Amino acid sequence: MDRRVVITGIGLVSPVGIGREATWQSLLAGRSGIGRITAFDTEGYPSRLGAEVLDFDPGDVLDAKERKKTDRYAQFALVAAEEAMAQAGLLAAPPDGERMGVIIGSGIGGMLTFEEEHRALVERGPRRVSPFFIPKMIGDIAAGLVSMRYGLRGPNFGVVSACATGAHALADAALQIRAGRADLMLAGGAEATISPMALAGFGNMKALSTRNDDPGQACRPFDAERDGFVMGEGAGVLVLEDYDHAKARGATVIAELLGAGLTADAHHITAPDPEGRGAIAAMRRALLEGGVAPEAIGYVNAHGTSTPYNDKVETAALKVAFGAHARRLRISSTKSMTGHLLGAAGGLEAGITALVLERGEIPPTVNYAHPDRDCDLDYTPNRAVKQAVELAISTSLGFGGHNVVLLLGRAPGAR
Amino acid sequence: MASIAERVHQIIEKELGVNPEQITPTASFIEDLGADSLDTVELVMAFEEEFGMEISDEDAEKLTNVQAVVEYLKAATSES
Repeated sequence: MDRRVVITGIGLVSPVGIGREATWQSLLAGRSGIGRITAFDTEGYPSRLGAEVLDFDPGDVLDAKERKKTDRYAQFALVAAEEAMAQAGLLAAPPDGERMGVIIGSGIGGMLTFEEEHRALVERGPRRVSPFFIPKMIGDIAAGLVSMRYGLRGPNFGVVSACATGAHALADAALQIRAGRADLMLAGGAEATISPMALAGFGNMKALSTRNDDPGQACRPFDAERDGFVMGEGAGVLVLEDYDHAKARGATVIAELLGAGLTADAHHITAPDPEGRGAIAAMRRALLEGGVAPEAIGYVNAHGTSTPYNDKVETAALKVAFGAHARRLRISSTKSMTGHLLGAAGGLEAGITALVLERGEIPPTVNYAHPDRDCDLDYTPNRAVKQAVELAISTSLGFGGHNVVLLLGRAPGAR
Repeated sequence: MASIAERVHQIIEKELGVNPEQITPTASFIEDLGADSLDTVELVMAFEEEFGMEISDEDAEKLTNVQAVVEYLKAATSES
């Protein structure tokens, strides 16, 4: 008998709110977290915009000594993990550590640490590189640190697939549970790469919006005047659990993770396949795995980065995968408010999708003003919509052609 | 200018995140002040930065408690 995987905890750290409820309320209100970057002087950069987690304080989760040894991306992961664990009731009643694992990925890992220590190397020599440089910087350390905090001894590693990272982490964590290797998994993504190198690199690729004089309007997914994405930071970490295990301990189930579609474009290092074949296949595989017909899907949390290519290709892919039903889908890109959290996007957006299912409300795509001939579906423009949704998908399409579509449903018993 | 001992204490407090009362002369970094092997390397680097000198690995190995550090630095700085 196949094990069913449910979500029993959601922890979010985002540019629109630190915490799940703060994030959710901001999204429903259409509040954006995008502005001019404040972390460093952006004079001379083609794009000066970012979605920063302002006033971030890890509070009780990390003491002063631990903070020094932990890159910002891992701090985000730890704070999100704590919130997810708390919601799942696992702080009050700790789980059997042997039966719980952690898969938390990051697209880039400790870039901020890398730049800081590289400066020390260049300015003061090799003997001034911190002995903590490596363990702070590597993209797997967040998973390790989380396991240390809660004594979790199950499967433990990070995943890397650019903008699909968080979604891959969730898909893999579900696999561990289905394989019987764990009953519980903490999974998702974390990213903190709003740094000079990353901003310069993404900027020179011409991937970023350069609407520097009007930050609030810069991220406009599916709009005809979109001109690139805005870098975000934060973390989305979920507690995934075997459904029977959740029932037995009386846990509240938020939503169910019914399936995942994993494909590759095999096309280009950054541009999506113009026909969206990888995205289409990922959508179809997710539906197949969950045993769900396309017509049953009510909501799509799109990848929707606000780049000219992605939004066009993603729309085309939705039309092929869903046929006539594509016009009845409610779609939204929450990146319009949160910016693109890169490796954390898949985790954050799966969390948001689960909340849509739990609460029957759909956050909007903001800044939607100029219809684009190639993007002519219903993107839930500008205003949140109250609507009961039974089944939803979240799409994540990463540089390198990595595609993940997660299929989620309302909690068993609620459907 | 603060004394060598005061400067050493400040560095230990900052690097190891401990309270001033814990920093007694015989307090061992690893056994009493919660440092691991990476912490002690970074601690020695901080002493090198503060006192503008290089401390060899051989010498660093002997700096296991507060008193050892203070005496070492007193001797090293009086020679210059």
